[in-house]
Amino acid sequence: MFDLTGKTALVTGASGGIGADIARTLHAAGATVGLSGTRTEPLQALAAELGARAHVLPCNLSDPQAVEGLVKQAAEAMGAVDILVNNAGITRDGLVMRMSDEDWQAVIDVNLTATFRLCRAAIRGMMKARWGRIVNISSVVGQTGNAGQVNYAASKAGMVGLSKSLAAEVASRGITVNCVAPGFIETAMTGKLNEAQRAGILGAVPAGRMGRPEEIAAAVLYLASPEAGYVTGATLHVNGGMAMV
Amino acid sequence: MSDIADRVKKIVVEHLGVEEDKVTESASFIDDLGADSLDTVELVMAFEEEFGIEIPDDAAETIQTFGDAVKFISEAA
Repeated sequence: MFDLTGKTALVTGASGGIGADIARTLHAAGATVGLSGTRTEPLQALAAELGARAHVLPCNLSDPQAVEGLVKQAAEAMGAVDILVNNAGITRDGLVMRMSDEDWQAVIDVNLTATFRLCRAAIRGMMKARWGRIVNISSVVGQTGNAGQVNYAASKAGMVGLSKSLAAEVASRGITVNCVAPGFIETAMTGKLNEAQRAGILGAVPAGRMGRPEEIAAAVLYLASPEAGYVTGATLHVNGGMAMV
Repeated sequence: MSDIADRVKKIVVEHLGVEEDKVTESASFIDDLGADSLDTVELVMAFEEEFGIEIPDDAAETIQTFGDAVKFISEAA
């Protein structure tokens, strides 16, 4: 089950905690992986750890031209892009009354617009191949909202609408488009929280703990696998029960 | 038959998986050759690639038949 031997996967944000584990998991399932991110060093370290079948593809997702070129570079490096995982995301939190246009736009550009551009570029090859998997990493806050994150929540809800619409467009070509919506996950970002903040968060999570990056990666692996061919336009929530939607 | 028509026919045959003799001047991609809306977008993009031209959306909408495609490309290429 869930064998990706011979498949190629492009993962954005692979320098981060969740993205790196997504890449590891797809790689362990047999896929050749393209590791994209803004910081080259962690990508190279991850590629060295994975050994064969790993390609480093640095890209600044806030640069439209770089985004347009990324899928092409990935296809040149790996032969194709069968699986696209739009995992990269940024936050610029703040209350609406104090949020600048720049902070709004930066988050929309990287999280939503780059996802759109990468999907548009990747489906061409997938259409020809009559097979493809797109997994967009959304967030629980795209569904529930969160004070201080109007930009982030809007971008993550936008990814869900984008995914459903694209799923409808390309379903007849053997291409599925789905989202994974993580709740609170143990990463460098949540590691900075103090005890009181952690306790507050965990009080809202029935599972009583934060999720682990590999638990997000496992959901991505399923949606990327041949076995999930009849699942499209879906959002798989991985949040320990914090939002049952 | 012109070189352009040959190349267009090759793309249509390969993409839609139809017999070559079905691809006549007046053959409609959707009504006669079984294309859906996504196929027509893919065909237009394949024409753009093959001939190094840009086919704007409003022009693409007028390309309904094999003959339309050959005529448009001959004028644009």
